[in-house]
Amino acid sequence: MGRKSKQKQQDPVPHQPRQAHGTRVTKRKAKDAALDTSNKKSKQVNQAKQPRKPKQPSSSPSIHSEDEQDEQDASDDASEASESASDNLQDLQGSDDDDEFDLDASDADAPQNPPQQLVFSDQDDSEDGSQDSDADSDSDEQSDVQGAEPRREKLSAKKSKKLDQEALLEAADAEAEMIRTNIAGLEPNEMGEVDDDMVLPTQEDKEREATEGADAQTVYGRIGDIVRILGDFHRFKAANRSRADYTDQLVADIASYYGYTPFLAEKLFSMFSPDESIAFFDANETPRPVTIRANTLKTRRRDLAQALINRGVSLEPIGKWTKVGLQIFDSSVPVGATPEYLAGHYMLQSPSSFLPVMALDPKTNERVLDMASAPGGKTSYMSALMQNTGVVFANDANASRTKSLSANVHRLGCKNVVVCSYDGRQFPKVIGGFDRVLLDAPCSGTGVVSKDQSVKVNKTERDFALLSHLQKQLILCAIDSINTKSSTGGYVVYSTCSVTVEEDEGVVDYALKKRPNVKLVHTGLEFGVEGFTNIGGKKFHKDMHLTRRFYPHVHNMEGFFVSKLHVLPRAVVKNKLAQQEKNDADDTGVLVDDDEDEKEAGDVTFNDDEDKQLMQKNQRRQQKAKGIKPSKPTTK
Amino acid sequence: MNYLIKIPGQEPRSPPLLRLQKDKVFLLNTPINNLATSIARPNLISIGQCLGKFTKSGKFKLGIGSLDVLARWARFKVWVKPNGELPFLYGNHVVKAHLGRITEDTPEHQGVVVLSMADVPLGFGVSARSTVDTRKLDPTGLVVFHQADVGEYLRDEDSLF
Repeated sequence: MGRKSKQKQQDPVPHQPRQAHGTRVTKRKAKDAALDTSNKKSKQVNQAKQPRKPKQPSSSPSIHSEDEQDEQDASDDASEASESASDNLQDLQGSDDDDEFDLDASDADAPQNPPQQLVFSDQDDSEDGSQDSDADSDSDEQSDVQGAEPRREKLSAKKSKKLDQEALLEAADAEAEMIRTNIAGLEPNEMGEVDDDMVLPTQEDKEREATEGADAQTVYGRIGDIVRILGDFHRFKAANRSRADYTDQLVADIASYYGYTPFLAEKLFSMFSPDESIAFFDANETPRPVTIRANTLKTRRRDLAQALINRGVSLEPIGKWTKVGLQIFDSSVPVGATPEYLAGHYMLQSPSSFLPVMALDPKTNERVLDMASAPGGKTSYMSALMQNTGVVFANDANASRTKSLSANVHRLGCKNVVVCSYDGRQFPKVIGGFDRVLLDAPCSGTGVVSKDQSVKVNKTERDFALLSHLQKQLILCAIDSINTKSSTGGYVVYSTCSVTVEEDEGVVDYALKKRPNVKLVHTGLEFGVEGFTNIGGKKFHKDMHLTRRFYPHVHNMEGFFVSKLHVLPRAVVKNKLAQQEKNDADDTGVLVDDDEDEKEAGDVTFNDDEDKQLMQKNQRRQQKAKGIKPSKPTTK
Repeated sequence: MNYLIKIPGQEPRSPPLLRLQKDKVFLLNTPINNLATSIARPNLISIGQCLGKFTKSGKFKLGIGSLDVLARWARFKVWVKPNGELPFLYGNHVVKAHLGRITEDTPEHQGVVVLSMADVPLGFGVSARSTVDTRKLDPTGLVVFHQADVGEYLRDEDSLF
């Protein structure tokens, strides 16, 4: 049971946009339910525990269960479910089944998770997560065992469906979310509490906190309160306070509680809604699960899994979206030093670094470039997908990092890889004509804060400016390195492990503007959040929704951004432009006719030929500015 | 070493070739080599498989990168037991106690490939005793002198390629 429960907890889940809200809301709701039936003591226990409570990686239990349950021994489920129920905290147990009915009846609108969220101990928590979903998937069996169960199942099936729908709706508009938070917060005591307790600190308080250091508990409580207030601002706000006051205080609190620089806290906070941003910051505190990629050049995933299980490693496939990923839960041996690892049967690699390669989708016998490749996880994956045919150029600007890169490449038995050390910006000059280029750009690493906490403090505004400048140079180089006439490819994948907009959408948008023969295409990844088409007053290309973002709190992997660009032959674009030009000329022709009427009427004279020349000159200049070689001036 | 490997049969479409880059010897296909000519030598770190290197005194030394080729064509093999895998991968010689199986007629001082019991190649070395002599060896006696093992990918990452 222990092993299973751990697995449940850390499973990355297919796309569930902004699930985080759902679970948070229901947690609160469930707590309310518990309050109705149980004594006040339990409430205090809950609240005392709440700040410390690890945030669950957001996940929909209904989706969880189905793939898990296939593997598990089905007959255990019913007994396990009841067993775990008895494991729950005593005072909460009463609310388990009965109250759920009440809640369903009273407000059918609210998405309901079963009260598993009430439980705070590691094991029970996750086990309970499966409990309700067990009921969903194995309904036949449960009905045999417990007579009262079937009704509950139906309800919970409905509920989970509703939950899914709501999650989707929620992604669509933030309005709905506000309303829902409102419903959840309607519990009278709580509301009163908020109103009475939540007073923004005065200037003196702030100064005192700055000098003496703030109490983490207080700050965390304040963060929660402000988030709740911002959730339904009109209801909860103090009379003389504006939204900006609360937001400023919230950002300051986030910076101090999680240890970010105020600049970075503000930047990241501005990307999400308040409660989602808290989920994001929380997720950055917990380490992501260890994952490995089976090297298909040397072994198969099933064989590898068996070999590792024999060594005392407990593992499980990452998800349905990858056929080569395995997730490690715990291990009695160091996973980075097993004979299998040294023999190159697998690579320690985070699931987020599978994604750009899957998006790139290299084919056999192609010429592929990896512009910033160290330490070689993606390179070797590409080589494996190409089955050691064609050629992969693995470049990294940092010569010392190419050591580990080439060691990894050799260990994994990739024989089609050329490791070189150039500045990526030199690339079309060194060698061009690639079928596909992967640019996993050097970035600030705001998506991998859980791996490298130093990002929180050592990145300044200037760093971001420099990085995005470099990224813009690199992406143009990547596009120029493509063989546009390639029969199989012509794709560039741009990815970063950063979540900030100017390193992601900003760079892609720049490339689209600079290179008219490039267009965004679908990444081929079936999950992930769509990229922003506009945020914070910035407007991006209308196709930007084809890019994909991945967040630690939504997908239980590092924050990541993937976009796929198709580089078309210039001739096609030129033809299009010529066509456009022709149309323009026709339009002007009409205009000229009008002008001629005017000319007859007034004294002003127009010289058509001269105008035409001027217009063409201007058009050529515009095209040059866009980076297209201007077409020959057409003379009549 | 010479008769440890047979020359691989050449594939007509992409004949393999050996390339000397600095002091390392690489085995690769001709088309890859042709493309890689555009990479300047100082910037070229590695290409294809690294078979080994020439020492400063001009001797050729097989590296761990050649294990793939060796294991495929090896005539004499030694299998080590699971409890002997890690000691070997940390750079130690193979002792009698860890010996799982050995090719029947291995002579003394013969190049051998070391494999795990699951037939995963782990490295190569030189037999210390002939097969017959190993039978009467005490458990701590050496059977194979260590030359290279896959642990070097981690241990000697900086100097290997």
